[in-house]
Amino acid sequence: MPAQERPLIYANLRRPGYTVDIDCYLRHGGYEALRKAVATKPEDVCKEVETSGLRGRGGAGFPTGMKWKFLDRKSGKPAYLVVNADESEPGTYKDRQIIYKDPHQMLEGIAITAWAIQARQAFIYIRGEFQHGAKILRRAIEEAKARGFLGSNILGSGYSCEVVVHRGGGCYVCGEETGLIESLEGKRGYPRIKPPYFPAVLGLYNCPTIVNNAETLAQVRHVLAMGGAEFAKIGIPGDSGTHIWGVSGLVKRPGLYEIEAGKATFGELLYDLCGGPLDGRAFKAIIPGGSSTKILRFGERFKGKRPDGTEFDWALEDIPLDANSIAACGTGLGTGGTIVLDDSVEMIQALSNLNAFYAHETCGQCTPCREGSLWLSRVSRRIVGGGGREEDVPMLLDIANQVAGRTICAHGEAVAWPVQSAVPKFKDEYLESIRRRRRGETAGGPTLI
Amino acid sequence: MSLKPETLAAADAIVAQYPQARSATLPLLHLVQEDRGHIAPEDEAWVAAKVGVTPMQVREVVTFYPMFRLAPVGRRHIRVCRTLSCALRGSYALMAELEKALGCARGETSADGNFTLEFVECIADCGCGPVVQVDHALHENVAPDQAAAFASRIRESLADPGYGKGEPRPGTPEWNG
Repeated sequence: MPAQERPLIYANLRRPGYTVDIDCYLRHGGYEALRKAVATKPEDVCKEVETSGLRGRGGAGFPTGMKWKFLDRKSGKPAYLVVNADESEPGTYKDRQIIYKDPHQMLEGIAITAWAIQARQAFIYIRGEFQHGAKILRRAIEEAKARGFLGSNILGSGYSCEVVVHRGGGCYVCGEETGLIESLEGKRGYPRIKPPYFPAVLGLYNCPTIVNNAETLAQVRHVLAMGGAEFAKIGIPGDSGTHIWGVSGLVKRPGLYEIEAGKATFGELLYDLCGGPLDGRAFKAIIPGGSSTKILRFGERFKGKRPDGTEFDWALEDIPLDANSIAACGTGLGTGGTIVLDDSVEMIQALSNLNAFYAHETCGQCTPCREGSLWLSRVSRRIVGGGGREEDVPMLLDIANQVAGRTICAHGEAVAWPVQSAVPKFKDEYLESIRRRRRGETAGGPTLI
Repeated sequence: MSLKPETLAAADAIVAQYPQARSATLPLLHLVQEDRGHIAPEDEAWVAAKVGVTPMQVREVVTFYPMFRLAPVGRRHIRVCRTLSCALRGSYALMAELEKALGCARGETSADGNFTLEFVECIADCGCGPVVQVDHALHENVAPDQAAAFASRIRESLADPGYGKGEPRPGTPEWNG
């Protein structure tokens, strides 16, 4: 049987005629989960989320219930909920759908989460470019307040929570939670060092803060609606719920596919759901979970042991779509934004494209990242420009090795991982590009830099 | 030129949304830029006074975030995504065509002041590449071979008195913007 979707987050927004207004949401069972939540003790709501096994959908995949447990409840300072709707990882466009087509689903998740952590104020940090998305959210908040789902005395419980939509300024690093917090405080989005700045202890205004991804909060809504134990039955042990795969690049049907965790493979996603490669082309590689996850090459074998001790030996097409299986192949599920490259692509151009992105987006605080990202961008661009030397290939790797692990935030890894993963896998092709371009010849395929 | 009365009037309510006034820096800068089209030195001073910091502390925010600009742009601001997913679907070829059709090099404003054409980094619509943001609207799947027609529509919009004023309908570029 070909792979199937199991829409949970996208179930409503895909219905013909479904609209963003609150009446439409209420007709589809909206805010029933919030009703349940406020009739439950906050700590029991946290327990439900822990039982559900839900992992964050912002890229790192950290268990949501555990994150909430880290919240410092003894400080006496107010707690804040911050929603990361910055969606800045290239290849990722899943949260956009929720914001533009089903904002109340996320708002309900926000209200439930705010109740669970007893936050009186929540901020939605939304990408600055989502101008109309911010308006849609603001309108939805007004509607929810008018019906008693947000604002003061939510559903007669005596509990109140205000939600503010805050637009960013088009900066990738503000998707990093501590950079986001700095930005929300009205400063440059320079990430903070951990320790001591773990948001759950010293977050927004140095108060305990939970930062959750937009989709994670939509998932929380479903955890409460069906109960943690039921939710945990979706997917597989260790990775529950659905994953939204945002496929882009060179594939017949790019798009968003919501699949139960672990219940399909990359092969099924790319061939059954996305229709395979473009006519006359063959797949070459994928970047599985947003541009900073490590690249996988078609034709590679992935061998190792699963957590239960059983051995696996997979081709790329065989890799199951769950966080642990993908991690076992040396990369990450990340945000599920899969970028597909086919045999028309000159790989040094693809790398150069991403290097240029990270060089543009480095905040400049840490020298290894600021200098390293620029060097990587210049060296790879020099190769594409015909001025490459064979020693540039090991140099790329050498530079990347000096960035990863040496920076305040994970932007350093985001800079390094595409290079560290691609150089060993495409070294021969890079060398060929260097020689060909030195002769003044170019490659076919799309221009990427 | 001073800011519009409605801009000035909106500021205090924005500041009041935050436990600390400085948090209103980015929202106020967006407000100013939507009014004036860019951020002038006197705007930085105005924002600084509203949120209780020095003008230099506002300047360092303005220069950090790619969306804020210190100089005006053309009447139509055209931003083509150049990051990998869109590039794979032809955004570089599209850019080359738009340069020809609009008579404007990337990163520049046309001599008549009508168009500013830029490459930008990922705007999170990767499955519909290449995507192009024109002012408030997001256009999806703009193939390079449609560039001339796309440019003509942008040019025609210069004569449209209702441009940017309507209430967006779901699924339109204005809605997605």
